Amino acid sequence: MKTYSQVFSEVDGAALIPFFVIGDPDFETSIEIVKAAIDAGADILELGIPFSDPIADGPTIQKADIRSLSNGMTVKKALEFIKQIKVHRDIPIGLLMYYNLVYQYGTEKFFSDFHKAGVNSVLIADLSIDDADEVADPARGAGLDTVFMVTPNTDAERMKLIASKTTGFIYTVSVLGVTGSRNELSGAVEGLVKKIKGVTDVPVCVGFGISKPEHAKTVAAAGADGVIIGSKIVGLIEENLDDKDKAVAEISEFIATVKQALAEGPTQ
Amino acid sequence: MKQKGRFGDYGGFYVPEVLIPALEELEEAFYRFYEDDEFVSELEDLSRHYAGRPSPLYYAKRFSEHVGCKVYLKREDLLHGGAHKVNNTLGQGLLAKYMGKTKLIAETGAGQHGLATAMIGALFGMETKIFMGVVDIERQSVNVHKMKLCGAEVIDVEGGTGTLKDAINDALRYWTAHVTDTFYLFGSACGPHPYPTIVKHFQICIGIEARQQCLDEIGRLPDMVLACVGGGSNAIGIFNEFIDDKDVKLIGIEAGGRSLSSGRHAATLVAGRVGVLHGAKAYLLQDDEGQVYETESVSAGLDYPAVGPEHCMLKDSGRVEYVAAEDKEVLDAFELLSKTEGILPALESAHALAHLVGLKGKLDPETVVVVNLSGRGDKDVGIVEKYRPVKD
Ligand SMILES: Cc1ncc(COP(=O)(O)O)c(C=O)c1O
Repeated sequence: MKTYSQVFSEVDGAALIPFFVIGDPDFETSIEIVKAAIDAGADILELGIPFSDPIADGPTIQKADIRSLSNGMTVKKALEFIKQIKVHRDIPIGLLMYYNLVYQYGTEKFFSDFHKAGVNSVLIADLSIDDADEVADPARGAGLDTVFMVTPNTDAERMKLIASKTTGFIYTVSVLGVTGSRNELSGAVEGLVKKIKGVTDVPVCVGFGISKPEHAKTVAAAGADGVIIGSKIVGLIEENLDDKDKAVAEISEFIATVKQALAEGPTQ
Repeated sequence: MKQKGRFGDYGGFYVPEVLIPALEELEEAFYRFYEDDEFVSELEDLSRHYAGRPSPLYYAKRFSEHVGCKVYLKREDLLHGGAHKVNNTLGQGLLAKYMGKTKLIAETGAGQHGLATAMIGALFGMETKIFMGVVDIERQSVNVHKMKLCGAEVIDVEGGTGTLKDAINDALRYWTAHVTDTFYLFGSACGPHPYPTIVKHFQICIGIEARQQCLDEIGRLPDMVLACVGGGSNAIGIFNEFIDDKDVKLIGIEAGGRSLSSGRHAATLVAGRVGVLHGAKAYLLQDDEGQVYETESVSAGLDYPAVGPEHCMLKDSGRVEYVAAEDKEVLDAFELLSKTEGILPALESAHALAHLVGLKGKLDPETVVVVNLSGRGDKDVGIVEKYRPVKD
């Protein structure tokens, strides 16, 4: 199974990490979209299992959760989804979860079943480092990497603590706020990446609000090891609900464009 | 965070990383000020002169005759704003002031907490935003209007079922983006640590007064204390002082909605399973995989799928018994108290009365029961009219 560190050492520049809600808008289309994203150049996948109350998400991903759930998505089907994706390509997969779904499944069993299906890490959006013990040990026991978030208001001491519990990559949140595409990239990103790099060697990936190829370039130039793009891509699904082929085509094209921008490296 | 905020295994602070610094700041400020002389005397002064504490313990003679025991009402409905909610908003509002915050946000279901926050926003000159589900905005429109009159902005929450759960979701999302200058004034003894502890602290005055009033005015402790449970603030507020009085039976009443068997209710402790929502581990109404259920209740203030962590612990230990009252019984109880005493109870509080009415004939006539009348029913007149049109 391909690891994060293999990817980070293979790609030159930053890894491209698109985010999808599993089963959005329905199981079959979602499989098609994710496969197309891989073919267009995704290096790592960030996948969410939809939850009824996604408090860290803005309207775009909230709506994707509702679409997926109302078309019958379940945690069990998500397991099947991941297996099918892994057959298409051995690509590292990070799950982005809300804790209740993991807890109800049984934390250890969740980690072990999803690791077996091909997942590399499980980031729980509503579980901070303070409760890491509840998940970090069982996660490592199951063979998973551990991923935690750093936000613009995390102080240096806490950053060190977070880094010490992280093995995959630090998920750096570029803005104070929930997920959602934004026209401007937060001015805090560069300083934030530098600050984290100053305290740890753990790879740093940046997400929340990255919506354009130029944003990705700027984040990569700031020294990030990966660029996570969520709402912008999920929004392309929402815009093309009546034409699945067009959704697939637009997402492929967007990912290829960002990939190209990242390959060109910094403009300055 | 200095403390774990646990009640047994329940509680904690399951929130995104971005909210941790704000919760730490709140915890730090709470422990710095809650016993501070100046803070305490300012809160006492406002509780007395602004909110109207202490609230009376009233012997409801005609209602008692109907039920067949001695019923005393703890009259939180007489407080400014019409509910116990002002105890908490004065406390947290003052805390916000001492912390130098100038912006308040709050969620609300019945609009009572929203109103109590809007009042305090006006009192302290703070910019106030209230998040409220669209269904609740419609069914509690009187309170929406009052909030606006107090200068608050009411933000419609469309997501989910348009009720309290969704209002909390959006308030949390807003807080995430404005966490550096905004104080989230949480309305019940639930949510992430330190809220259950803070809200309880500002509500235990209910039980402290009630217990002393029983001793002074009845000459003994009550046999039973009843309170409705939404998130759990009025209930923990009155129960806490009686916890060590082992002979006092404590009963919390949840929203049975249409009926427990229909699945259309909000009886979290009675029918839920342990899970994690809105920052705390607690009983939760959810499906097998952990998706949170939509709830239903005639009372907006109890229409919530989770509950405060301390109540979960009190349920497991058996110290408090939790039961549910269905909408129909609740409307009956609303009418009964109105007719026998001339007191319109909030539909939330009417759940506690409904359970008591259900015990009719089973209680010794000398049994002394204290019911926490957490709020008044003016806001609910429209709903009651819809279900039970008054005949001329
Ligand atoms: C009058 C009244 N009682 C009770 C409640 C339920 O809240 P809690 O369980 O926190 O007391 C509400 C909530 O809106 C209310 O307005």
